[in-house]
Amino acid sequence: MSLNSNLQRFLNETGDISRFTGRFFKQWFKPRYEIAEFFRQCFLIGYRSLPLVGLTAFILGLVLTMQLRPSMVDYGVESQIPAIVAIAIVREIGPVIIALIFAGKIGSSIGAELGSMKVTEQIDAMEVSGTNPFKYLVVTRVLAATFMLPVLVMLGDAISLYGSYLGVNIRSTTSFQLFWTQVFDILSFSDVMPAYFKSYFFGFAVGIIGCYKGYNSSKGTEGVGRSANSAVVVSSVMIFILDLLAVQLTDLLGFN
Amino acid sequence: MIENITEHTNLSTTLNQPVLSVEHLYKSFGKNKVLVDFSVELYKAETVVVLGKSGSGKSVLIKCIIGLLAPDSGNITLLGKRINDIKEDELDKIRAKAGFLFQSNALYDSMTVKENLEFPLRRHWIKASQAEVNQMVEDALTDVGLQHTINMMPAELSGGMRKRIALARTLILKPEIILYDEPTTGLDPITAREIIELIKSIQVKYKTSSLVISHDMNCVKNASNRVVILIDGRCYANGTYAELLESQDPRIKQFFE
Repeated sequence: MSLNSNLQRFLNETGDISRFTGRFFKQWFKPRYEIAEFFRQCFLIGYRSLPLVGLTAFILGLVLTMQLRPSMVDYGVESQIPAIVAIAIVREIGPVIIALIFAGKIGSSIGAELGSMKVTEQIDAMEVSGTNPFKYLVVTRVLAATFMLPVLVMLGDAISLYGSYLGVNIRSTTSFQLFWTQVFDILSFSDVMPAYFKSYFFGFAVGIIGCYKGYNSSKGTEGVGRSANSAVVVSSVMIFILDLLAVQLTDLLGFN
Repeated sequence: MIENITEHTNLSTTLNQPVLSVEHLYKSFGKNKVLVDFSVELYKAETVVVLGKSGSGKSVLIKCIIGLLAPDSGNITLLGKRINDIKEDELDKIRAKAGFLFQSNALYDSMTVKENLEFPLRRHWIKASQAEVNQMVEDALTDVGLQHTINMMPAELSGGMRKRIALARTLILKPEIILYDEPTTGLDPITAREIIELIKSIQVKYKTSSLVISHDMNCVKNASNRVVILIDGRCYANGTYAELLESQDPRIKQFFE
């Protein structure tokens, strides 16, 4: 009985998110276009996330390099550390970790913001003020999240590799030129582009789930908290599911 | 059931077309029938208070009127337009002439008072220069006596001030009709009285028609020209405050005891 009701709730929610996504695509192309609000959201979602993404990416690159070093020394391939770290970060760790950080920061903030707007009737007030709240609040935020995450991933990858450069130089000495030559020698189009494209899907998932949870928040402050929390949980799971699908797809297309 | 305790005494209003007419409105949520054959009319420069207990469907009624909820059946004519099956852009044009004061004030948390007031002007495509917009914002704030709050955030304001700012935002478009959803709920008696006085002064100054949803008897007594009692989703009684006060019907008397 409990399993049935859980399954039913899961299927209902999946259906609701699909309908919400359909509504997003329907509204996206309809005028009036909320261009100013879109750029404001790009600033809030993209630029304001940069310090957090930059810091975590730098530490990620540094720690990954330091953890990798003993094994690489054992196998006598210490010189390959920059290449291996570059592949790991650009192909997988960078996009996924940065997307998860993005889900934690942006998914929860969108969920809480829209949830609180819903509970305090601000969304209704917008509608009464001649504004389509779905276009103004949802479409702009989802688009901003979709377009900003790939930029953050690119910047995060670069910062992470600077962290790796520092990690390499803690125990040995590798010149800046040699490090970056090794990085760019190993990286190819088929490493960078699939990772870049999947970031768009991660960003879209974070945006749409955050907006869905906030926009459909139940009444009361508890509902707002629950919206923010489940926005992070569901979008984090979605990131892993999309990552799995992306790996399969790039494999099928011969990018591996 | 008592309906229309009295013919409306104000002859001038009976001669005019109503600015708002709700006819045989039905609205239910699942099996819960909230509004059942509800009808009410509001005339130019008149204040009608819809009185009912909590959960009686007052807020549902007002949200149906402004188009935030779709009624199951019945007619709603607002400023001469039937809004049930109207297109979104036409509904927006009518909404520009109909203000709505939300129970929770619904001020945008992320905007200053000035930006809150400018928002409906910008969104309804009101053609005005920045100087004119500034003047309109200042006038609306002067009407509610809160000029000094122009650059403050909603979180910095008290409950009464937030209510006044929400009213200023409603007034900025110079609406012909204002719908008030529980304007005095959650306020202390002194602030509530100030808000009632404000509602009255706005009606006198701008000749607006007002539909007030309330269960506050002070508000009903002091703000209304006419009172409609909503019981069991129906218009149970309709008359002036004095007339209803004299009623011997126990279901009406319970509001006045």
